Amino acid sequence: MKKLLFFLSTMVLCFSSGLFAIEEITRKINSGDTAWVLISTALVMLMTPGLAFFYGGMVRKKNILSILMQCFTMIALISIHWVLLGYSLSFSNGNKFLGSLNWLGLMNIGLGSGPYSDTIPHLIFVMFQGMFAIITPALMIGTFIERMKYKFFILFSLLWATFIYAPVCHWVWAKDGWLASLGALDFAGGTVVHINAGFSALAIAILLGQRKNTTLGPTPHNLTYTLLGTALLWFGWFGFNAGSALAANSLAANAFLVTNTAAAAAAISWIIVEWIFSGKPTTLGMATGAVAGLVAITPASGFVDVIGSIIIGALVSPICFFMISFVKNIFKYDDSLDVFGVHGIGGVVGALLTGIFANPAINEAGKGMLFGNPGQFGIQLISVISVIAYSFIGTIIIFKLLNLFIRARVTDKEEAIGLDLTEHNERAYTLVD
Amino acid sequence: MKLIIAIIQPHMLENVKKELYSRDVNLLSVSEVIGHGRQKGINEMYRGHKETGNMLRKIRLEIAVNDNFVKPTVDAILQGARTGEIGDGKIFILPLEECIRIRTGETGKEAIG
Repeated sequence: MKKLLFFLSTMVLCFSSGLFAIEEITRKINSGDTAWVLISTALVMLMTPGLAFFYGGMVRKKNILSILMQCFTMIALISIHWVLLGYSLSFSNGNKFLGSLNWLGLMNIGLGSGPYSDTIPHLIFVMFQGMFAIITPALMIGTFIERMKYKFFILFSLLWATFIYAPVCHWVWAKDGWLASLGALDFAGGTVVHINAGFSALAIAILLGQRKNTTLGPTPHNLTYTLLGTALLWFGWFGFNAGSALAANSLAANAFLVTNTAAAAAAISWIIVEWIFSGKPTTLGMATGAVAGLVAITPASGFVDVIGSIIIGALVSPICFFMISFVKNIFKYDDSLDVFGVHGIGGVVGALLTGIFANPAINEAGKGMLFGNPGQFGIQLISVISVIAYSFIGTIIIFKLLNLFIRARVTDKEEAIGLDLTEHNERAYTLVD
Repeated sequence: MKLIIAIIQPHMLENVKKELYSRDVNLLSVSEVIGHGRQKGINEMYRGHKETGNMLRKIRLEIAVNDNFVKPTVDAILQGARTGEIGDGKIFILPLEECIRIRTGETGKEAIG
């Protein structure tokens, strides 16, 4: 009997001390902040399927499944890569340029808060950032549509996530990253996500060559999908930008406001520019403008006020339109769905304008040229140029090396038949019921 | 026996059907086709890039008739599909060698009506 009592009391003690331990590590965690970042993570997750439909509507109907397949594959692939390797390389303490392997497989992370926020569990920060790591390489799918081998796509994506995304993410967002130490402002991924994906996409477009039998523009088979995808992207972007505050606070509210405002301004300015230069306002143009606005406001969303966001949105569309409609035709690179033209250029516009319009009244961490700190523009310029150089050259190296072992491009015959049938043995739309 | 093929504007289909029914022509096949006439359609623009797929949507009617029904059918299509604008379409009349009703195996005149 005594033995039994002893055993029971020990059990109770163990149990309560266990509870106490969990209470200790979660003491500072704030339920409001945690709830918002949980929701934001789910919002950002939805952007990649949204992107699948945004892109899917813009390809010929013999290739839509290949786009959906690649986007969803990216979710699966990078989700695993991220928790095993990507997060550790990106965010753990290492050197200025790359993280260490301390958090390999999320070892040593635990249930408490982490170094990037006291008020949310470290694990949800891992997940939130994981969604960014997924959508960044997924953005590049738009440049190599209708002609890349699926096997090459998988291997390239894994190499890119390891050797391009992780280092750039570390430079900009890790505690000890060199661009972070320099004071470069990138609230939600203008450099890490959009410039990185955009200039890598340009490199791929050049290396892979043009699609056969088509113009350099998109060849949409179902623009209703594209507009549906735009809606999902716009919706998810609230998590992308406002979630990057990592808290349910005024900074998140400001990011939410300027995100929506910039997207609206850019949609309007694209319609105007297109009306003047192409003759008619188009749904595809409006959707493209909205996305360009969302791209440009991404680095700025935690720093600029609402007037700054209207100016950023209004400026980005004419610049992207010019790149897509004129510059692309001069140099003849088949950046098929304008990943470079919208995300690369939009990201550069956003990152540089952040250095001008960052208002210390919104966030004391950022003071732009207009508020008496011209040096910030120079820092932004350094971050933009270094990310462009690294991702462009790095992508060329990865692509060329991988291409030594396996083929990157489908045969001309496969391209003519379409990737849905030749790569996946499926058809999206059947002729007979 | 003749096979009458007509290419008409999609929005005139209901009109043409009404005119055909009023003349006792009750059997027809309809399909959607794309193409263009002398004005070469409308150019599509995607992000400032002109697409060459300048095809317009049209409706193609196929009606097999006995000789005494050729004139009423043509009249019905002219009446129903004409707007007087460019793009109203065309009617083609072809000789028809044979017609067989699958259900009964009837041939020729009986099979058409």
